[in-house]
Amino acid sequence: MFKRMNLILVLVLGLIVFGSTSSIASSLTLDKIKSSGAVTMGVRESSIPMSYTTGDSRFDGYHVEICRMILGDIKDKLGMSTLRINYQPVTSQNRVPLVQNGTVDIECGTTTNNAARGKDVGFADTLYVEEVRIAVKANSNIKSIEDLNGKKVASTTGTTSVQLIRKNKKAKDIQFEEVYGKDHADSFLLLETGRADAFVMDGSILAGNIANAKNPKDFKIVGEPLSVEPIAIMLPKNDPEFKAAVDAAIAKIVKNGNMPKLWNKWFLSPIPPKGIVVGLELSPATKNAWAHLNDKPAEDYVAK
Amino acid sequence: MALDFGIFCKNTLDGGVVDHCFSSILGLAGNSDPSYLDWLISAWGWTLLVSGLGLAIAIVLGILMGALRTLPDTKVVYQWLLWFSTCWVELFRNIPIIVQVFLWYYVIPAFIPPLKAVPSFWLVSMALGFFTSARIAEQVRAGIGSIPSGQRAAATALGLTTLQTYRYVILPIALRIVIPPLTSESMNLIKNSSVAFAVSVPELTLFAMQAQEETSHGIEVYLAVTALYALSAFFVNWVMTVIEKRSRIPGVVSMSPDAKLAH
Repeated sequence: MFKRMNLILVLVLGLIVFGSTSSIASSLTLDKIKSSGAVTMGVRESSIPMSYTTGDSRFDGYHVEICRMILGDIKDKLGMSTLRINYQPVTSQNRVPLVQNGTVDIECGTTTNNAARGKDVGFADTLYVEEVRIAVKANSNIKSIEDLNGKKVASTTGTTSVQLIRKNKKAKDIQFEEVYGKDHADSFLLLETGRADAFVMDGSILAGNIANAKNPKDFKIVGEPLSVEPIAIMLPKNDPEFKAAVDAAIAKIVKNGNMPKLWNKWFLSPIPPKGIVVGLELSPATKNAWAHLNDKPAEDYVAK
Repeated sequence: MALDFGIFCKNTLDGGVVDHCFSSILGLAGNSDPSYLDWLISAWGWTLLVSGLGLAIAIVLGILMGALRTLPDTKVVYQWLLWFSTCWVELFRNIPIIVQVFLWYYVIPAFIPPLKAVPSFWLVSMALGFFTSARIAEQVRAGIGSIPSGQRAAATALGLTTLQTYRYVILPIALRIVIPPLTSESMNLIKNSSVAFAVSVPELTLFAMQAQEETSHGIEVYLAVTALYALSAFFVNWVMTVIEKRSRIPGVVSMSPDAKLAH
């Protein structure tokens, strides 16, 4: 805590000096934002309701709105009158390289904070804790992971869930056939068309896909969470001042009591563009993350 | 940029180093949990299986459709076959391959339920085979078109039926002519087989996308996958060159320089 206060102090001091001479501030990202008057936000195309497009190259979502609040706070801190936000759509494959090479200054999508990624990029304090769940058809008799024995289980190529179901297969000593969708919509189509009996994925993605389905009542989410993962805003590595500024803004948002309102808006109310309701209740894990802000990677959640 | 190919010796469950990294792929020993190398090799196997099945379908149907497109329109049944083969070619070469794969996987089984029980690699092989057959058919048609019309006339004068003309006179020469474009088409088919990842065939592209996410060593994973794709395509190239040399008839198709020297 003392360290973080120090960092903020350094940042604030740096900013005061910044007014007269620009050589003191050492944060590359903050320098770039200040000199160019613009910031590039990495967003996802279809991660409803975390980060998605509402059409016409406009982007919105739980993380996107939080990022706009953070950037507003940083704009004020830097004493800028306007700050242009450029939205850069990213994918699961290119998001880490784009943050590493500086194309994207702040990625507001659905990125799991884990130790492997921590070697390449930084993460802000977690505001959303994801639970990996199982989606099945409403008339299915699958109730938990054990019931998947002998079934077909879908997941999306290029996600951590694929490895997770493999681990569960081994640990629980059950047999099932894995089928892979090339994206979440595709994996859901596998479940919808009966090519898979279950779809294992992050709870918010399952809820979002079910909400978007022709008939949402045909599907349900079952079972204990298979894994708990912190989903965090991704930042460039080795830019402690920028991270401190982002975390300070997050702390302010949480302190002002905005988080329950944001949750209500994105997870429990109709959201643009089609006015669907995701309908995912606030989990104790996410509530806990708000109460004790931290940037612990997923590995620390397993030990708990 | 340091490359770490050690990731291929790690197991796919918790990232621990396996006991038998190389001996397991040679079949000498087994790992209790598969390593990324084991997975890579099995993914390569799927790529070769899908491409091999696709190529077999493509060559058989391609030669058939290509020959049908050159039939003389002297009989009603020939006209009907001409129309059918033209439709076949135009249908399968004018739809993008990934759309065809999705059609076979999701759309057609919705109308013909028994197809739902067919493993996805068969459906992908069919889609790849039909797509490539349309392209091979056009090459075979071009090959047949390049044969002097006197050959066909001579065959008719000898009293050969149309079927016999194709079997003994036209196709043996035409197929030798089209070996070079057929080689490119076969190599294309191996590369096109990467669309199989979209319908859950665990082949090289699916391996690459998943393994780079799990290991965070995307560069090494893609390098390995690139090498295997290139190796497979070179192998096909080599086989086709051997076939081309073995099947050469001196004086009939003299396209390569050393064949010219023989005269």
